[in-house]
Amino acid sequence: MAAHRCGLSLVFILIFSNLAHPSCCDTLEKSNGNTGEKQSISDAPREVNIDGSVAREDLNERQWQSTDVEVDRSDGTKDSESFTPAAAKDQFQEELVIRPLHSGDIYASFQFRTLWDIDFLQEGQKVSHYRLFPKSLGQVLSKFSVRELHISFTQGFWRTMQWGQPFIPSPPGAELWVWFHDTVSDVDGNWKELTNVLSGIFCASLNFIDLTNTVQPSASFKPLGLGNVTDHRFLRYATLPREIVCTENLTPWKKLLPCGSKAGLAVLMKSEKLFHSSFHSQAVHIRPVCQDEKCTSKAWELRQTLNVVFDLYTSGQSKKEWSLFKMFSRTLTEACPLATSSKIFVDITDNPEGELFDLSPATPLLSQAVVLGDRRTYSVYDLTKVETFGQLRSLNLLLRWKGDSGDMLRPLLHAERYVAGFGLQTGEIHTVIYNNHPYRAFPVLLMDSVPWYLQLYIHTLTVTSKSRDNKPSYIHYQPAKDRHRPHLLEMLIQLPPHSMTEVTVQFERALLKWTEYTPDPNHGFYVGSCVVSALVPSMVAMNTNFTLDQPLFSSFVPVKEESSYFVRVYTEPLLVNLPTPDFSMPYNVICLTCTVVAVGYGSFYNLLTRTFQVDEPSLPLAKRLANLIRRIRGVPLLT
Amino acid sequence: MDYFNLMTICAFLHLLVSIPHAYSNYVETKAGQFFSSGHTNNWAVLVCTSRFWFNYRHVANTLSVYRSVKRLGIPDSHIVLMLADDMACNYRNPKPATVFSHKNMELNVYGDDVEVDYRGYEVTVENFLRVLTGRLPPSTPRSKRLLSDDRSNILIYLTGHGGNGFLKFQDSEEISNMELADAFEQMWQKRRYNELLFIIDTCQGASMYERFYSPNLMALASSQVGEDSLSHQPDLAIGVHLMDKYTFYLLEFLEEVHPASQANMNDLFKVCPQSQCVSTPGHRTDLFQRDPGSVLITDFFGSVRKVEITKDTINLTSPVEPSVHKSGSGDIQIESLTYVDQLPVSEIIHQKPKQKDWHPPDGFILGLWTLILLVFFKTYGIKHLKHIF
Repeated sequence: MAAHRCGLSLVFILIFSNLAHPSCCDTLEKSNGNTGEKQSISDAPREVNIDGSVAREDLNERQWQSTDVEVDRSDGTKDSESFTPAAAKDQFQEELVIRPLHSGDIYASFQFRTLWDIDFLQEGQKVSHYRLFPKSLGQVLSKFSVRELHISFTQGFWRTMQWGQPFIPSPPGAELWVWFHDTVSDVDGNWKELTNVLSGIFCASLNFIDLTNTVQPSASFKPLGLGNVTDHRFLRYATLPREIVCTENLTPWKKLLPCGSKAGLAVLMKSEKLFHSSFHSQAVHIRPVCQDEKCTSKAWELRQTLNVVFDLYTSGQSKKEWSLFKMFSRTLTEACPLATSSKIFVDITDNPEGELFDLSPATPLLSQAVVLGDRRTYSVYDLTKVETFGQLRSLNLLLRWKGDSGDMLRPLLHAERYVAGFGLQTGEIHTVIYNNHPYRAFPVLLMDSVPWYLQLYIHTLTVTSKSRDNKPSYIHYQPAKDRHRPHLLEMLIQLPPHSMTEVTVQFERALLKWTEYTPDPNHGFYVGSCVVSALVPSMVAMNTNFTLDQPLFSSFVPVKEESSYFVRVYTEPLLVNLPTPDFSMPYNVICLTCTVVAVGYGSFYNLLTRTFQVDEPSLPLAKRLANLIRRIRGVPLLT
Repeated sequence: MDYFNLMTICAFLHLLVSIPHAYSNYVETKAGQFFSSGHTNNWAVLVCTSRFWFNYRHVANTLSVYRSVKRLGIPDSHIVLMLADDMACNYRNPKPATVFSHKNMELNVYGDDVEVDYRGYEVTVENFLRVLTGRLPPSTPRSKRLLSDDRSNILIYLTGHGGNGFLKFQDSEEISNMELADAFEQMWQKRRYNELLFIIDTCQGASMYERFYSPNLMALASSQVGEDSLSHQPDLAIGVHLMDKYTFYLLEFLEEVHPASQANMNDLFKVCPQSQCVSTPGHRTDLFQRDPGSVLITDFFGSVRKVEITKDTINLTSPVEPSVHKSGSGDIQIESLTYVDQLPVSEIIHQKPKQKDWHPPDGFILGLWTLILLVFFKTYGIKHLKHIF
């Protein structure tokens, strides 16, 4: 008996160990994860308490790994000791780049940069005196512990195939991505409040950003500013593809400029002209950058950009001439008095000997810059100099075409997207990415955020290039939760040279609750652009040195290596029809009358036409059998 | 000569003694004038409730009132502007970033510095009532709030498609006149207004103010119950009607008003008689305490502040010195900072997938094991265990 019991217990132990086996490694992993988390948790208060010192230790540890940087560091210390700036200083620069496009359109790109040698997030330093930096944004940054903020409002779609690459790309609608400081404990709460505050500042419906359209990309978005933290828990990304952009968004944007729209380049921003264009995009980028070449301390950079593409070809009686007055209905008379530099660049790369077009007034100043993998030549007009304005005291640039411009080189990277399929139940999303480089392959990182009401069938995901299966080297997929979370799909794909890569995935449309439909559901529902980030091989050596006197348009994305440049391409947003009930009144009336007729008239008719009889209950089986026998026997039947 | 001197000194002394008395009287009368209208600040809530391009005229209505109140001195921070659709940058608009109120594109009411607070899908009955009653989520920005107090005069202007006792929002929901009356009562009880002027330009507009019961309300409507409000004039280039008749003449009337004008509410009641409007504009003043003839238009449509100019020099303390910081505290933070790689390919490839949280085996696995155990004991029984293990 004892032996029996012993055996039984042995069996159970064995079985349970067996049972527990598959999950054994899981628990181990879990404990690992836990300790890691504990460490990070215990780190967090330390950092809060002793302020910078811990962070500095961390940095020191990192510095150990690279020795050549250490040399730099010693230089930097000497420099900073000998030269200590007395007060937090700020400066403002403005710039306008005009590039005649091959399609006959004109691309005008404004950039305004406010640099402030101060750290909002430093403990024990309350910033209350603002000079050039807008106070409304500064307060937001320090209140929500924002490390980096990028927001853009765009109307129209940037046509890469006709226009080439823009200086700073943006998707149609509104896009917001924010890196929070790593001391923030409630990132989601901060994010929600931040979007509300920004919606007030920019007069936009950013308060529609909630958990159902926010994602945390694991690899697609890295900080553009200084910093080593790339833990994507502190990153939030959201787009509102339906967002309208109009004067009410431009007004607060202009108010952030030190000179407003009173002086400098901003006087050109008449909304009637800016919105009468093929493409309009305005953006605000805030990030910490290097204070000087040595990069020993942080400065905050507020970069306001406004990109417009004017279609002067069709609206100007098929003449490809343009002038500042024609585009903006204003001419320039002065620079912003607060600006340290105020320049206009006109791209004349295609016109070295003046055979294609005439630019007047002529300027002796020329400048070369390597931008987006290409060396471009620009005529420079310095607005801080009096002679720029000439005798008339106003500058009206004028460009006259002499000949026909040649064909544009195909952009190396290009992407597009569309919805295929018919009916209202299923469909297929096609994303097509082109690598137009003749002999070089390069990697792209594709990010797709799809709302929950399109249920993706991820098993149908295919990536094909040159009609062969292309296996992504990294896939991150986070499935959606109904009404809580969108799908997030990130893939690192190697694009073969001179190829077309197609990514397809099928989806099913969900049925919404009737309160979840928008007031105009028949318009359809938008799916945000797909983001393609890539390292494109460069034609010329990129400039990896950081200098402060670089033109603004070529100094946005930090360049790490000479052979390639980073670029982001956005595809078209999708407009998808969902199965929509007819909310209209006739439908309801028909439904109601049909129900009344069916139920009311039907039952009344029934009542009138039926005859009623008393139904006799049937006998149980045993009695019926008994009756059968009784009938044979001739005995009276049972009832 | 001496005598004369004495006289002047005496007179001067006398003057000095009498000044405080006269001065206090003067201050009282001045103060009385200052607060004669009973309000210290002005607010405006201007709502267009219609969506879609063919309702261009409703947006133009709202914007023309916006233009007037802004011109008469209410700042953007005190105006809550709600536009249910974007007409200015609509793809059908031949002149983007403009909304015209007169044909031949004469008057652009959109302007170059408009600030729309609620737009598109945000314009809902819920949001409108929340703005009025102040029951908004705590993170709502100031520009989207009606931060009025018991000394505020509020102008509320509504336009859209309505019927007897309701006004449609976005063609998908309605607000009833009773809901609106209750909202105003709540505002009154929360001391959110001093006086309130309600204007509505919609079909059967008078039905919307029938149920009001809170004090200090004055209401105007473009049409009586059973009447339609009509649109004014179409523009051939834009292709739709530009404005409604009532607001068109209201705008015409307001364009004549300037901050110092003495036009009163009785003049406003005369705007757009039936000969012009076709519909009969109505008004209701029984809840209002003051005589409409003594209420200036600028009490609601403008923010006229009485200003007294002094020529005395006032010494302010020296302006705040910008605090001198050693920026970045350069001597401690010695290591140079770096930018991050934008697309670290090798790092991404070797990025470990997120470790999964352990979760207990689910019902299926447990059931399977139970089945296996049951089958095992059924076939072999316990006594055969020693042969197996």
